Amino acid sequence: MTSNEVLLQVRDLVKHFPIMRGTLIQRQVGAVKAVDGVSFDVYRGETLGLVGESGCGKSTTGRAILQLYRPTSGSVIFEGVDLVKLKGEELRKTRRRMQMIFQDPYASLNPRMTVGQIISEPLIIHGIADSKTAQERAEELLRLVGLNPAYTNRYPHEFSGGQRQRVGVARALALEPAFIVCDEPISALDVSVQAQVVNLLEDLQSQMGLTYLFIAHDLSMVRHISNRIAVMYLGVVVELADRHELYNHPLHPYTQALLSAVPIPDPVIEARRQRIILKGDVPSPINPPSGCRFRTRCPLADTICAEQRPDFREAAPGHWVACHMV
Amino acid sequence: MPDILQVQGLETQFRTREGIIHAVNGVSFNLKEGETLGIVGESGCGKSVTVMSMLRLIPSPPGKVTAGKALFQGRDLLTMTDEEIRHVRGAQISMVFQDPMTSFNPVLTIGKQVAEPLEVHMGMNQKQAEDRVAEMLAKVGIPNPKDRLNNYPHQFSGGMRQRVMIAMALVCNPQILIADEPTTALDVTIQAQIVDLVKRLRDELGMAIIWITHDLGVIAGLADRMAVMYGGFIIETSPVRDLYAHPTHPYTIGLLGSLPRMDEAGSRRLVSIDGLPPVLLEKPNYCPFAPRCKFAVERCWHENPPLMQISPDHYTACWVDTETGRERS
Repeated sequence: MTSNEVLLQVRDLVKHFPIMRGTLIQRQVGAVKAVDGVSFDVYRGETLGLVGESGCGKSTTGRAILQLYRPTSGSVIFEGVDLVKLKGEELRKTRRRMQMIFQDPYASLNPRMTVGQIISEPLIIHGIADSKTAQERAEELLRLVGLNPAYTNRYPHEFSGGQRQRVGVARALALEPAFIVCDEPISALDVSVQAQVVNLLEDLQSQMGLTYLFIAHDLSMVRHISNRIAVMYLGVVVELADRHELYNHPLHPYTQALLSAVPIPDPVIEARRQRIILKGDVPSPINPPSGCRFRTRCPLADTICAEQRPDFREAAPGHWVACHMV
Repeated sequence: MPDILQVQGLETQFRTREGIIHAVNGVSFNLKEGETLGIVGESGCGKSVTVMSMLRLIPSPPGKVTAGKALFQGRDLLTMTDEEIRHVRGAQISMVFQDPMTSFNPVLTIGKQVAEPLEVHMGMNQKQAEDRVAEMLAKVGIPNPKDRLNNYPHQFSGGMRQRVMIAMALVCNPQILIADEPTTALDVTIQAQIVDLVKRLRDELGMAIIWITHDLGVIAGLADRMAVMYGGFIIETSPVRDLYAHPTHPYTIGLLGSLPRMDEAGSRRLVSIDGLPPVLLEKPNYCPFAPRCKFAVERCWHENPPLMQISPDHYTACWVDTETGRERS
């Protein structure tokens, strides 16, 4: 399914959240550097996995791409147009082409709207359908995501977590987008239900030729669903490669530690495995380490790592890494 | 090794507006000295309620333990006086909870909180307790433990807070440590640190562990034996290796099949279990998994299968032999 056509080009994306002090006269005293220079391409029809631990900036990256947060700097070129420069009506129109599926299926559906209203609202807002055709379309979408079309008059609380997530998927599909940011779409669900939603996302992708940015912290699931994977640490992408390449030949010491930390559901293999246990915690993004962000926890760190920020370079064809020691 | 804990026929119910929820419906298991038992299941399967019932930590009302025994060193925890059970909890059986932020008191220093069980159960004075706490904090890998006694919980990161929680649980040298999803709220590299720490402490201190989780990965590397729960019942139990190599209950098979594995070469379609876990408004008199089960036969809808022995140490609650697809006789 994956083509060589670049659908989305993210270049030097930066998102800093200002920290303000003072009540009457506010001044900025610092910034949370949530995303600090992220670049990657997403090809049409592929799934790019974005993994990292909490606070690494993966969700902020997803939102900054969709302009839900306006980036501090950098560019997001989607189908040839730089979204960062768009505003108002123009931006609203391009939003039809890109949608989002949220993590929490409880918080992301309005409890006072019926499922039919939730799914058809985007159609009405964008003036694609009147309320009658929107209703029909909602039923069609419910069928598409594996729910009973007769459910359009029900409210979100009448559904289980997995079913709500299907409603969230139906809403994202209503406008027939080309690109969907899936922000931890399964982490709130039970294990047996996670597989249902992942299979649904995969089926829809092959039916409709969708492109996904799949954000998650579960590395085994990301490996399962993605074609390529980008690993983030403290606001930067440290490694990006084809999923097999990344799992078989991780180059960055953080990726290596992250992969070794993921438990494998097999006691025989677990008993033999050698873990790389990282020391300490992730530093604060308000005052990140100089040079390489990972150097404070890195087993290979040297003096150059504190002095210079490593370039994000192509170490092997299609395999990008940001490390001085590789 | 002799059994240190024997749970027999435990049943717990909750009274709610919708009716009585039958959360635990006759759970029995044994725990040997120094053994690590994993209790696995999805949310609402009764895994936490089982251990909370055993320790009498279920708020009543709405909850009530309606049947069963929990024999700890021969004495029934469920019929002890409040004074006796209080001594068991914290000193002999202690617990680590999922959320290290909400399980500490935010207005007391870490030193005070970790020392409390020592003062209450061991009759130590403040000075002795403080020394012991510092020693314990060092053991769980907190740098500069003496200085950190005066810190408050919010001054620790999530992983460090979970280490402190483990120190607090182990400070009185309990025989059993119960860990209720202790790594679920943590990132995977921090989870690896905590699992590593617990393994090391287990080898050093020799306590038995009951580790409750929904993560079949973590438990694979940690437990000796495993019990899988569904709908308030244990539906399969065996030594860990046997269970992963030869799962026999359709639910266990489905659960293992629904997990993508990092060491898989290709990419297969995940096995998903259709449908949803049951709402336990009545105690099922048929197999609670039958509505979602691919193997279900007529009998499954009339009779709830008990745990049946299928090999020396492997028990499963299913009328169907999933290997042959035929009904067990």
